[in-house]
Amino acid sequence: MSTKQMLLSGFGGQGILFAGKFLAYKGLTDGKQVSWLPSYGPEMRGGTASCSVIISDEAVGSPIISNPDILVAMNLPSLDKFEKSVVPGGVILADSTLIERKVERDDVTVYYIPATRLASENGFPTLANMILMGKLLEILGEFNADDMKVALSKVISAKRADMLETNLKALELGAKF
Amino acid sequence: MADKVLMKGNEAIAEAAIIAGCRHYFGYPITPQTEIAAYMAKKMPKIGGVFLQAESEIAAINMVYGVAAAGKRVMTSSSSPGISLKSEGLSYLAGSDLPALVVNVQRGGPGLGGIQPSQSDYFQATRGSGHGDYHMIVLAPSSVQEMAELTVKGFELADTYRMTSMILADGTMGQMMEPVSLDLEVKPAPEKPWATVGTKLQRKHNIVNSLSLVPEELEKFNFERYERYNYIKENEAMYEEYLMDDAEYAIAAFGITSRVAKNAINEARKQGIKVGMIRPITLWPFPVAPFKKAADKVKAIISVELSMGQMIDDVKLATECKVPVTLCNRVGGMIVSPEQVLEAIKAVAENGGAK
Amino acid sequence: MVVFDKPHALNDMSMHYCPGCTHGIIHRLVAEVMDELGIEGRTIGIAPVGCSVMAYNYFNCDMIEAAHGRAPAVATGVKRADPENNIVFTYQGDGDLASIGMAETVHAAARNENITVIFVNNAIYGMTGGQMAPTSLPGQITQTSPYGRDVNHCGYPIRVCEMLSQLEGPEYLERVTVNSVKQVRNAKKAIKKAFQNQLDGKGFSLIEVVSSCPTNWGLTPQAALKWIDEKMLPYYPLGVYKDRSAGEEK
Repeated sequence: MSTKQMLLSGFGGQGILFAGKFLAYKGLTDGKQVSWLPSYGPEMRGGTASCSVIISDEAVGSPIISNPDILVAMNLPSLDKFEKSVVPGGVILADSTLIERKVERDDVTVYYIPATRLASENGFPTLANMILMGKLLEILGEFNADDMKVALSKVISAKRADMLETNLKALELGAKF
Repeated sequence: MADKVLMKGNEAIAEAAIIAGCRHYFGYPITPQTEIAAYMAKKMPKIGGVFLQAESEIAAINMVYGVAAAGKRVMTSSSSPGISLKSEGLSYLAGSDLPALVVNVQRGGPGLGGIQPSQSDYFQATRGSGHGDYHMIVLAPSSVQEMAELTVKGFELADTYRMTSMILADGTMGQMMEPVSLDLEVKPAPEKPWATVGTKLQRKHNIVNSLSLVPEELEKFNFERYERYNYIKENEAMYEEYLMDDAEYAIAAFGITSRVAKNAINEARKQGIKVGMIRPITLWPFPVAPFKKAADKVKAIISVELSMGQMIDDVKLATECKVPVTLCNRVGGMIVSPEQVLEAIKAVAENGGAK
Repeated sequence: MVVFDKPHALNDMSMHYCPGCTHGIIHRLVAEVMDELGIEGRTIGIAPVGCSVMAYNYFNCDMIEAAHGRAPAVATGVKRADPENNIVFTYQGDGDLASIGMAETVHAAARNENITVIFVNNAIYGMTGGQMAPTSLPGQITQTSPYGRDVNHCGYPIRVCEMLSQLEGPEYLERVTVNSVKQVRNAKKAIKKAFQNQLDGKGFSLIEVVSSCPTNWGLTPQAALKWIDEKMLPYYPLGVYKDRSAGEEK
């Protein structure tokens, strides 16, 4: 890939910013240029949170994404808001536990993943975000356990090191789905 | 790559300040720059430094004034409405020739405005912001790496010229994360024989002061200060040129808009339009030379700004109005898109630059 | 034999204060205390905006001129720049400290900032020509209360020591005056304690000095000193308002 523009969106508290940070670190670990830009402000508390992650072989120009190559929608408002903005031929990953409708467009590839349900069933209810990241990396052909471990170790504080394996499990679960 | 870490722009400023030897930070909470204060609150006590949340922006800038007078590297940070409050202090810092670093992570205004990114404090920053004849050195980073590097540079310039350096960023620059190398070179602070650190009964007392009631004397101080400013104009202007060698059209943009413009320029080049960019890194002193040069060869200049058109005045002054200068802007927290900039480029290219 | 000498911490420059103004006495007391404690060489004084704006010219220690009302914030910076070495005092009038700079005053006190504040209260804006101050008395005639301060219109004067004494923070608050030899002696004792507290790391000490302004009060120097007793002190009673270390062994 030369440049991938990814938009992650969901409710505050679903780990959108964390997932984006992981993606960015994964890119950095792979020797790419990256940028990570969150939405900020009052929406941090329960409203819609989104973040733009760009991974590129070249220096990143604008960190702002108006038309993502990939949209990860973790709730219905996010899909409603950003579905139209995805580039033709792009990819949408939707958490189908929380989004009941189907994607209306027919010029994008859509993956419906019941991430929230899978997360609960597997005993890590807060890691629906990482299940989706697993799938995303698998689609990009960037699913690589070693690099992911490095990236995870950057975003998980040393005090919570026990969470590293769990996150890895969630990523694998997503990739296999 | 191994030595690079992902950091928010705000955090990069804070860490770079510490690397630059700053051990005193005073601030007051305001979005979108609170990460700087949070970072300092966490770090400073561990390295023998001082983080103090002041009762107001006014108090914060005056605490800065106190530490600066005592000869140490010191900083504060805020966002637009807070900078208005600090403006009194900025004028006093200038009048007393004290070095300090002030960060403005801009948000939309006027008034309470919004919390989304903006560049509408350009006039406030480059024209001095408080009362009286004075300038600050204004640095406009366009990447997280530059947030760090220009913070160090800001402290150095402040010390060299006994002035306030301002980092003029915006909400996007503050909030975004990029890989950054913190392997920063820092020049040691110069001797400060003027500082009020106690006479030790070894010398006549130092006075840090901006009052002079004799007009002849005050005029002389102003003249002297402006001689220094002129020297800075000649020697410290910084800018980056992007694809300007064969450019028929030029974009003027700083900070976040220069990043957006780069995307648009790349796309325009693919479509056969020869467009380049001059990106001021110092907004004061404004890099006049590259614009002067461009005025003799490009057909038009587009100033891309998150304001109602502020830097455009400096572009017109620098080019002495030899070429048409148009504005491409969004305000209020909205950000120009590469598509919008591309349209603006096409518009000037279509009529060959004529107005 | 020398019976009377200028304190070392005060220089030879002739002061700009009006005849009969008590600023001169208060300057001298601060300078004597610096001499006696041997701290001139490590003291940094902060001058206000107001009549004592040019105090920076008169003290031999390093001096900083602050923006109006901001002296406690500037002092906070100077103190924290080098808390082991720097002895820091502010010298402020009533307009500076209790009006435009009230927030800085209250918060420096609340933080128990380890500084010494000399607060000169003469119930009027002197330098600008006699306007109503936050401490002007009810009924007091000034340029901006020409019919006398009407408390229904512009409220009551502020008793700074009493107000600050409600805070947990400050170490020491005392109100003194300098209108007689006895009172000058008391004032000096209080000022010395305020500096000693700083040396001992005890924190924020504020000495309010009820002072005179013969020029703007429209009185002779002598009548002004009398006016302090008759008008000022009933509203601003002298005394210690807070002394957190009182009763502690030396």
